[in-house]
Amino acid sequence: MDSTQSKQSVSDDLMILNMGPQHPSTHGVIRFIITGDGEVMQRAVPHVGYLHRGIEKLAEGMPYPSFVPFTDRVDYLAAMFANHGYALAVERLLGLEVPRRAEYLRVIVSELNRIASHLIGVGAMAMDIGAFTPFLHGIREREKLNDIIEELCGARLTYNYVRVGGVAFDIPAGLDRKILSFLDTFEPLMEEFNRLITVNEILVKRCANVAIIDAETAKSYGLVGPNLRGSGVDWDLRRDLPYSAYPEFDFKVCVGRGVRGTLGDAYDRFVVRVEEMMESVKILRQALAGIPEGDIMAKVPRKLKPPKGEAYAAVESARGELGYHVISDGKDKPYRVKIRAGSFTATSIIEHASKGLMIADLVVLIASLDVIAPEIDR
Amino acid sequence: MTFEETVARLQEKFGDAVEGADERDAGRPGLLLGVYVRPEAVVDVCRYLHDTPELAFEQLSCITGTDFQDHIQLAYVMMSYAHREVMAVKVKLDRDEPSVHTVEGIWATANWHEREVYDLLGVYFEGHSDLRRLLMPDDWVGHPLRKDYKEEPDYHGIPTTRDKALGKY
Repeated sequence: MDSTQSKQSVSDDLMILNMGPQHPSTHGVIRFIITGDGEVMQRAVPHVGYLHRGIEKLAEGMPYPSFVPFTDRVDYLAAMFANHGYALAVERLLGLEVPRRAEYLRVIVSELNRIASHLIGVGAMAMDIGAFTPFLHGIREREKLNDIIEELCGARLTYNYVRVGGVAFDIPAGLDRKILSFLDTFEPLMEEFNRLITVNEILVKRCANVAIIDAETAKSYGLVGPNLRGSGVDWDLRRDLPYSAYPEFDFKVCVGRGVRGTLGDAYDRFVVRVEEMMESVKILRQALAGIPEGDIMAKVPRKLKPPKGEAYAAVESARGELGYHVISDGKDKPYRVKIRAGSFTATSIIEHASKGLMIADLVVLIASLDVIAPEIDR
Repeated sequence: MTFEETVARLQEKFGDAVEGADERDAGRPGLLLGVYVRPEAVVDVCRYLHDTPELAFEQLSCITGTDFQDHIQLAYVMMSYAHREVMAVKVKLDRDEPSVHTVEGIWATANWHEREVYDLLGVYFEGHSDLRRLLMPDDWVGHPLRKDYKEEPDYHGIPTTRDKALGKY
């Protein structure tokens, strides 16, 4: 039965259901008001703002370098990207060249962070659907990544590692070997993970042909990253608007193909994330093999005063385009910082994409978009 | 198409509605370049940028509202998948009664971006389908990203400031 039919037959007998804000499947604090005819939703309207901390306003009150730790809190599952995007925007305002070794280190930490974030993304999606074990496999591997990053910068979650002009610390002796040995074990483990869950018939049946988002809708709603690619749009900022050292690496952009259902369904988004992790492994091996010697920090004045101007820098975060629009008025504090986050637009599509879905499938939709609440609200 | 060529085309098509454009800065090639248009033309200009195949700005990345004290500037940052370009369309609005027509009909994502700008800066979007606050509570007073914003002393009896912890000693 499609949703318009159900609307006509019992339009005066709809059920209003509240989901959240403290619901385990909302990945943070989001609330949904579901209007449903029994099990079939007419729409699920997201209510956001529970994690609004006014980070953009805070930025206006502090010197440029001091804002970096705040960016960690924009997306705490992938904080490297949040650091990187901001640093990139300020560097563009300053016209600053970053040493090549620092660019390589940025790529290395970004890809480590992407794997860590996607492990949570796919693991939590499986858990939301009812499979708990894959989540633990994901968390176990992510823990090793946290250890590696902790050894590099001292923090496991809010890194404050990528700074304006470079990175905070050089790679300690022996850590590159540790990363390589992690990658060696990670590849067979992903094979096991895929056998356990990715090709599992129960997961496939639960996700294929559910919450289909076609390419036109995805573009119109400004979906980015794996969600956009899951809908079949071949777009990746790392390749298409290259930044940092990405042009020097050979990797494939993973795009949804409708492998088990329709192009743009929840299963495609899941598979894109799984495949992307393997591409990150490829980039990491190349970066570790080719990392140049040199400085890790450009010569940055103690007091940053970018000349007047506006810069927009976007990085391909684990959740897609994470953009910083920084406006300078020539003083030592930013005049305005606007953060464009992938989860923001991904949440905005939920009202549209939930039409005609079963209530139980809303969980699949939210999980497949991999939204994270602090990034929506900032 | 380079930014300058895009601006020339817009000037040719829209005449006086295009007020000017940012200059390139040789020392800072990464800056965001924007074209300034009159508020009443913003929908037509955006539609042209979105629909013309040589431009094809199919993604609206964000709408950045900024309070410049004498006016409010909205920057529509957009990306073109086909041509791998980024640019901005900027409008200057009257600070006392900022109002502009919605671009929801061009990019569906504008719905939320405009709600956020309305919420945080108090810009009214004519023709918007659902102009409610997005991040702040519905009954919040004021628009926090205005430069002269003063927070109310309390919200429903919850104080917004705190006494110094050691102040009583």
